[in-house]
Amino acid sequence: MRRTAYWGLGIVLIVTAYAETVSFSTQLSANDRIRQALNRLTFGPRPGDYQQVKSMGLKKWIDQQLHPERFPENPVLAEKLKPLDTLSMSSKDMVRNYPAPGIVKQMADGKLPFPSDPNRRLMIQQIVKRDEAKQGDAGALPPDTPAQDRLAEILSPDEIRSLRTGTPQERLAALQALPHDKQDDVIGALPQGMRQGLFAVAPPELRRRIEFTSGPAQVVARDLQEGKILRAVYSNRQLEEVLTDFWFNHFNVFLDKGADHYYITEYERDVIRPHVLGKFRDLLEATAKSPAMLFYLDNWESVGPATPAAFAGPNGQRRGLNENYGRELLELHTLGVDGGYTQKDVTEVARCFTGWTIDRPNLGGGFRFAERQHDLGEKLVLDLRIPAGGGEKDGEKVLDIVARHPSTAHFISRKLAQRFVADDPPPALVDRMAQTFLKTDGDLRAVIETMLESKEFWSQGAYQSKMKSPLEVVVSAVRASNGNVDFAQALVNQVAQLGQPLYRKIEPTGYSNTSREWMNTAGLMARMNFAVQLSGNKVPGVTVDQTPASTDIALGSPEFQKR
Amino acid sequence: MINRRIFLRNSALAMIGAGTAPLWLQRALYAAGVPTPRKKILVAIFQRGAADGLNIVVPHGESAYYALRPTISVPRPSSAGDQAGKTAIDLDGFFGLHPALAPLKPLFDQRHLAIVDAAGSPDPTRSHFDAQDYMESGTPGLKSTDSGWMNRALTKPEGKVSPVRAVALGAELPRTLRGDEAAVAMQSIGAFQVRDAKAAAEFQQMFEASKDPVLQATARETFEAMSMLQAIQKQPYIPAAGAEYPRAPLGDSLKQIAQLIKADVGMEMAFADIGNWDHHVQEVGQTADQGRLADLLRTFGPALSAFWTDMGDRMQDIAVVTMSEFGRTAKENGNRGTDHGHANCMFVMGGDVKGGKVYGKWPGLQQHQLYEGRDLFLTTDFRDVLGELVSRHSGNPSLQGVFPGYTPKFLGLV
Repeated sequence: MRRTAYWGLGIVLIVTAYAETVSFSTQLSANDRIRQALNRLTFGPRPGDYQQVKSMGLKKWIDQQLHPERFPENPVLAEKLKPLDTLSMSSKDMVRNYPAPGIVKQMADGKLPFPSDPNRRLMIQQIVKRDEAKQGDAGALPPDTPAQDRLAEILSPDEIRSLRTGTPQERLAALQALPHDKQDDVIGALPQGMRQGLFAVAPPELRRRIEFTSGPAQVVARDLQEGKILRAVYSNRQLEEVLTDFWFNHFNVFLDKGADHYYITEYERDVIRPHVLGKFRDLLEATAKSPAMLFYLDNWESVGPATPAAFAGPNGQRRGLNENYGRELLELHTLGVDGGYTQKDVTEVARCFTGWTIDRPNLGGGFRFAERQHDLGEKLVLDLRIPAGGGEKDGEKVLDIVARHPSTAHFISRKLAQRFVADDPPPALVDRMAQTFLKTDGDLRAVIETMLESKEFWSQGAYQSKMKSPLEVVVSAVRASNGNVDFAQALVNQVAQLGQPLYRKIEPTGYSNTSREWMNTAGLMARMNFAVQLSGNKVPGVTVDQTPASTDIALGSPEFQKR
Repeated sequence: MINRRIFLRNSALAMIGAGTAPLWLQRALYAAGVPTPRKKILVAIFQRGAADGLNIVVPHGESAYYALRPTISVPRPSSAGDQAGKTAIDLDGFFGLHPALAPLKPLFDQRHLAIVDAAGSPDPTRSHFDAQDYMESGTPGLKSTDSGWMNRALTKPEGKVSPVRAVALGAELPRTLRGDEAAVAMQSIGAFQVRDAKAAAEFQQMFEASKDPVLQATARETFEAMSMLQAIQKQPYIPAAGAEYPRAPLGDSLKQIAQLIKADVGMEMAFADIGNWDHHVQEVGQTADQGRLADLLRTFGPALSAFWTDMGDRMQDIAVVTMSEFGRTAKENGNRGTDHGHANCMFVMGGDVKGGKVYGKWPGLQQHQLYEGRDLFLTTDFRDVLGELVSRHSGNPSLQGVFPGYTPKFLGLV
């Protein structure tokens, strides 16, 4: 007991000292202001960033970040993103060019055309050929055949030996010496470990083929995840990246829910990113009409109970109202859980959105309004009457109501302040941001400006008070150690191991904004291991400078976990 | 629900005025090596992909079963020599086990294995994603629940708690165990360490000196957990009584759970999963002991029975429960498989389990008895089974917090 009391006293003293620093009125020094800006408005400073902001002037730098269209993007980023060609594709094109097994089968059966690009067509036809060989041939190898037996079907013992021995570069040369069509078969037969070994040394074009052969649909997910890391590391428009991360998370969707696999690239690129410094109402409608959200929260299947579509389900089943989107729209996207709505409002909102659906989700189709599913009756949302017969406009009216609601202004402002200022942001700051939100009709840039003009943002209470998310800690470590990212898959895996699998947050809540989300044993241990690996240049695809600022001890320190 | 970390921090600040040591302080002061009293342990196993309960616990006394599945049913129990290992293993004259689950039959006979049939989540969804999410959160139909039932089932800590009181085997903490109470995911006991000893020592010093009390306390827990687990992994693990775990993911997971239990590290909840149950095609081969379901069951049943053998008397403190997000269609499809259905079966195994019985009301498989005209009707909510285990096995008196908005009806399993 005595020992406990003694320790207790010690900790009380430490806590007292800590508490004294938690003050939102004590202002930061000029130098710390620069550090605060770099820690909060970017994915962490690179060597030289501090000096650059200092000589440019903090105010000017912030102004630039708030208007990303006014300064050029880093040409290195474009170069890095170039091989990831799904990032610029439509969902429709992705479904055809990077098909899931079901789509490959439809192509093979002549129910869907092969893609028009001749190379792509050839690669998919090869997959079909391999599938057919497996099924048609009675002597075909069962799926659990060991890799060596599979290779023996394709290659001579000498050829296998040369693939298995020597340096990774020598093995790569052995693979490249094979005829082109044989290479793909070999890649398909290689065990996972050998495939990864080759991947690490392969030139970008071969890397693409290795990925494609391993599973075309998976390329879509990998491009998306790698693209996120590369942008966070290399983009000059850091605030835009940070905000894109924030808003994607606010309007979270989940990569592994069926058709969403092919919708998320488009969602982040065309729905979230263009609006992060624009009007909230526009952002909200873009998400509401996005196939990604319609599919994720099931609205595409929601059917007005008395409509023709309600009686026309598969096998003659009745279909009905689905409240998921209606509920999350109010609870998570706009008003907040205490925002003053009832279950009745949820149902009424869901009725308004009936008919907002997707044109053939399995083929990557877009938004469609289906009159047959729409509940034509009158609705009452938050005491406001939406007259009967509004059709598609019903949903838009709901968005008008909730986007401009004071609860939304407050909820969004608080969430932004929680991300950028402190876990428990000062209410006075949140109120000022909410006022700006209401005054400017939800101008998100203006709300951020109010925050950046506040004394609270630049206070001791805010400084170093936030625990970095796994994405932030991984990217900031790469940036701090001037890392060159050749390919980002290993970094994607690291972020997942630290507890934040990218685009794979199942719940519509997204990841929490607060430090506590990341305060756990396994995550902390993974952070230390990441620091050891990165600083030792043991993360595949990444090379870092070895300087005093990028040692394992620096990157794994308690201070580096905070921002 | 009180948010633990915020609570810690707020109380850390509040106590400056109050002058009393709050709970977190005692917790932060917990030192490795203090003996932990034996606790009741609950092990949950999730069969991801929707297992075909009707071919796992076979209603061989129901003629409609054979009518619905002309080519993929498991034949009625038979003692004919040429049928050995290819027919259902009778349990009670109406239900039988799939032949690949023969290792579980002795446990049933000794009344340590109970089966709950026609059980599962009442939510009508047939989406794997939604149904797993609902079953793991323990709140069917409610998406925004931010924690899992098993985390909420952990009682609020009073004083010392083990940093490994809740463990999931796997790369990521599953939804089931996420929440306010500390829970740890590990791919293996051996992997839970900082791989560079010199760096680890420096990290430990640095975090100990951190000015952020929550980060400091979390780091303490982390280093305690690492030192505990390192001590365990130093000895090679030899299962007791010649128990042989199948070399497959569930076997590996249960073996490590057994190792943690025997090491008395204070574990109260453990989670493991086993995937690949989504058998739309080739679920059953030429005979019932062939095909993808039989292959998978041959890693499932022996893993459970090896765990039982290995734990021996210690099984008195342990309950194991299995679940899957939904069942499969009562009728077979055109590809020797089944599609997404509704109710399913659950296994419950343990020293204090009243086994040797198939629990739950059997709804029948006649056309008019089927759910939406196609699936096994649900007569037992999965929360009834889990709730009883949480309450009567693990001793958590407050099920309201574990399954908000639902009052579990106990079946008398323990």
